[in-house]
Amino acid sequence: MIAELGLAALWLAAALAGLQLVAGSLGLTARGASLAAAVRPVAVMQGALGLLSFACLVYVFSVTDLSVKLIALNSHSMKPLVFKVAGSWGNHEGSMLLWVTVMGLAGGFMALVEKRLPERTMLATLAGQAFVSLGFYAFLLFASNPFERLSPAPAEGNGLNPLLQDLGLAFHPPTLYLGYVGLSIAFSFAIGAMVTREVGPAFAKAMRPWVLGAWIFLTIGITAGSYWAYYELGWGGWWFWDPVENASLMPWLAATALLHSAGVLAARNALRAWTVMLGVVAFSMSMIGTFLVRSGILTSVHAFAVDPQRGTFILVLLAIYIGGALTLFGLRASTVTEGERFAPISREGALVFNNVMLSAILGIVLFGTLYPLVAEAMGAKVSVGPPYFNPMGALFTVPMLVVLAVGPLLRWRRDSFSRVGRRLVLPGMLVLAGAMALLLMGGIALLPFLGLALSVGLAVATLLPLQNRNLRRTPLAVWGMVIAHFGVAVSLFGMSSESAFSVEKLVAARPGDVTQVGPWAVKLDAVEPVAGPNWTALEARLLVRYGDDGKVMRLQPQSRSFWAPPQQTSESALLTRWNGQLYAVLGGEAPGAKAAGLGRADSRWQLRLWWKPFAPLIWIGGLLIALGGLLALIGRVAADLRRIVAKDKIVYRRERQGR
Amino acid sequence: MSTQRTAPRWAIWLPLALFLGFVALVMIGLYRPADRVVTSALVGKPMPHFNLPPALPGRPGLDSRVLANGKPHLVNIFASWCIPCRVEAPQLAALAKAGVPIEGISVRDTPENLDTFLEQNGDPFQRIGADDDGKVQLALGSSGVPETYVVDGKGMIVYQHIGEIRPEHVAMLIEKLQEAQE
Repeated sequence: MIAELGLAALWLAAALAGLQLVAGSLGLTARGASLAAAVRPVAVMQGALGLLSFACLVYVFSVTDLSVKLIALNSHSMKPLVFKVAGSWGNHEGSMLLWVTVMGLAGGFMALVEKRLPERTMLATLAGQAFVSLGFYAFLLFASNPFERLSPAPAEGNGLNPLLQDLGLAFHPPTLYLGYVGLSIAFSFAIGAMVTREVGPAFAKAMRPWVLGAWIFLTIGITAGSYWAYYELGWGGWWFWDPVENASLMPWLAATALLHSAGVLAARNALRAWTVMLGVVAFSMSMIGTFLVRSGILTSVHAFAVDPQRGTFILVLLAIYIGGALTLFGLRASTVTEGERFAPISREGALVFNNVMLSAILGIVLFGTLYPLVAEAMGAKVSVGPPYFNPMGALFTVPMLVVLAVGPLLRWRRDSFSRVGRRLVLPGMLVLAGAMALLLMGGIALLPFLGLALSVGLAVATLLPLQNRNLRRTPLAVWGMVIAHFGVAVSLFGMSSESAFSVEKLVAARPGDVTQVGPWAVKLDAVEPVAGPNWTALEARLLVRYGDDGKVMRLQPQSRSFWAPPQQTSESALLTRWNGQLYAVLGGEAPGAKAAGLGRADSRWQLRLWWKPFAPLIWIGGLLIALGGLLALIGRVAADLRRIVAKDKIVYRRERQGR
Repeated sequence: MSTQRTAPRWAIWLPLALFLGFVALVMIGLYRPADRVVTSALVGKPMPHFNLPPALPGRPGLDSRVLANGKPHLVNIFASWCIPCRVEAPQLAALAKAGVPIEGISVRDTPENLDTFLEQNGDPFQRIGADDDGKVQLALGSSGVPETYVVDGKGMIVYQHIGEIRPEHVAMLIEKLQEAQE
């Protein structure tokens, strides 16, 4: 019953999206102007119905209603409740429903609060938003209905991939989705602005909070995803350049570029066409990324079944939306290209450089992700990995980081290096000193070397905009910028340190054995079985000590066996100090011990240990970047609110005086 | 002194052109897999020549000449970073137990990761060659990991299995190996 209610709500939401599109478009014409008033309420209602539909799905998952096909395929009655709930978006259909729900909610929220833009632009924007949603509703209803029933209902479900049974991952996809879909608002704004030719500072100011919000979620999502891969997969790595990761990185790169160019447009009324195009590109990257991952096209040779029908459906949607938006851009760009001018050495110039570099990195990631497809179309077969991405990405990242140090110090319109040069002496010296120290140490690969040398100087340089300012009166947006840029330096330092100084040990240890990893002494105390709700595990008890006189601490890595579906995972154990992380993974029983006829008490266990100096800074940096975004968002929204209140007061006073 | 000029007309259409290229590319990709999986260009041809260094210290590397020693072999292309390779490990173990000689080619891997992988998932391999730049993988016409080749006693490729070996594939592979024997 609940499943049918969800499906009905979904159909109604789709119908309302259709109405929103028609009313919004007709509202732009003289004859249909009376329809315009309906658009905002319809958008709000559409969001509410989407939410209801998604709530129904979460409900049927939480009670494990096995007569619904999706649940029989992806859930199991023995799972802990929180993972049942998370399971509702841990599969294709559910995640698409989450996608349209978030999109509907974002559209509804925009319809409720955004009052600054001319009403015509808002109509076009909301119609654009409805147009995009409509395609995804059609995709859900016709090609991947999450509420499809199964008859007869099976006695038990298939379970969820145990790798996904992890709190971090349960909330990782929704976070990314909020980011992806938030960019759809920027896309709709760009369309609305192009249709009504209203590309200007007002458009950039209206769009910016949405881009910021989406960008914050993307940043958090990528950071969390990377940390998840790091501790859950048990390989000690934190970024693998696989298509799924690239799919989340590409929208982030585009959104970062958009954020900066929207800043230029809002403050200086320059880069108009470029900003509109980035608005289109950012959401396009979300859709393309989702498509590449969802259609299975990149991994099609291997088991992840390709569903050409489903793939074709999304591809047609992509062609309509992205192709349509880019065509509109081509038709309208000539009327919006002319903006304010500026000198190459200026804040705008630095931001343009940042945009070009980010776009280049985006191009490199996109090309690397698609290259296997290109090669395949030409008959060759290749796979692309870190040997391509790392140096090629660094080629553009390093200059961008240098400009990141200088750019925020420059003035708008025109500036000279001689003015800012003196302030950069200290960071420059730090970079040189760092490089010298690293050279003396020796044995560090080029990329970590560059990263380490740059990061300390960069960290100092990013704080310079706060110099000579009254910190209490510094606007939140400036704080946000400084903290986000500082986060980049922190993260860079973590990444470089992790790849330059990690120590790795693989041992087959008997209980009682002590292993030395970097500064740590690790003693295997015992290995014992433990049981969880739907798994059993072998748990090692490690007693670890830092240095010669440190306190003894405990680490308990597990090797887990799930039974629905049967699968083994290793749960790594982490110990974080201020200067790094000790990472322990328990493998199986060492081969040879049984063959030699040794008893269990004497058997040897595979232990994999890493000491990763300053590795946590990678994710702390990521969170700082997101925090910077959050401060900037709060600052901007608060400023907008103050302005609205002030305006209302003026209107009120005028009315009183008029009386 | 202005960095912003009106962009040339073709530049405005460039994003659309790039996107159309992407769509065309993806269309090719979407509709090709059907015929790609069925036939493999190398079936019925001799194994390309290669001589890979050992992937693990103290273990033999893989020279393609050992494949032509009169017995059928399985050649498994794998990597420690590949998740489906973990899935197929029990099947490979079963095949090794049944007496099938299995040779491994580890693609773009490090000895440390490989060692862990084998410790966690079992080691069915007689020899493991390190294909660090993926050249042999390419020469074999393999597009990804894992892939498994059935090679007869004269070093001819009899069958190419794309993707992981699932439990239901084991009997089929043994059959192919027996055919190769004859």
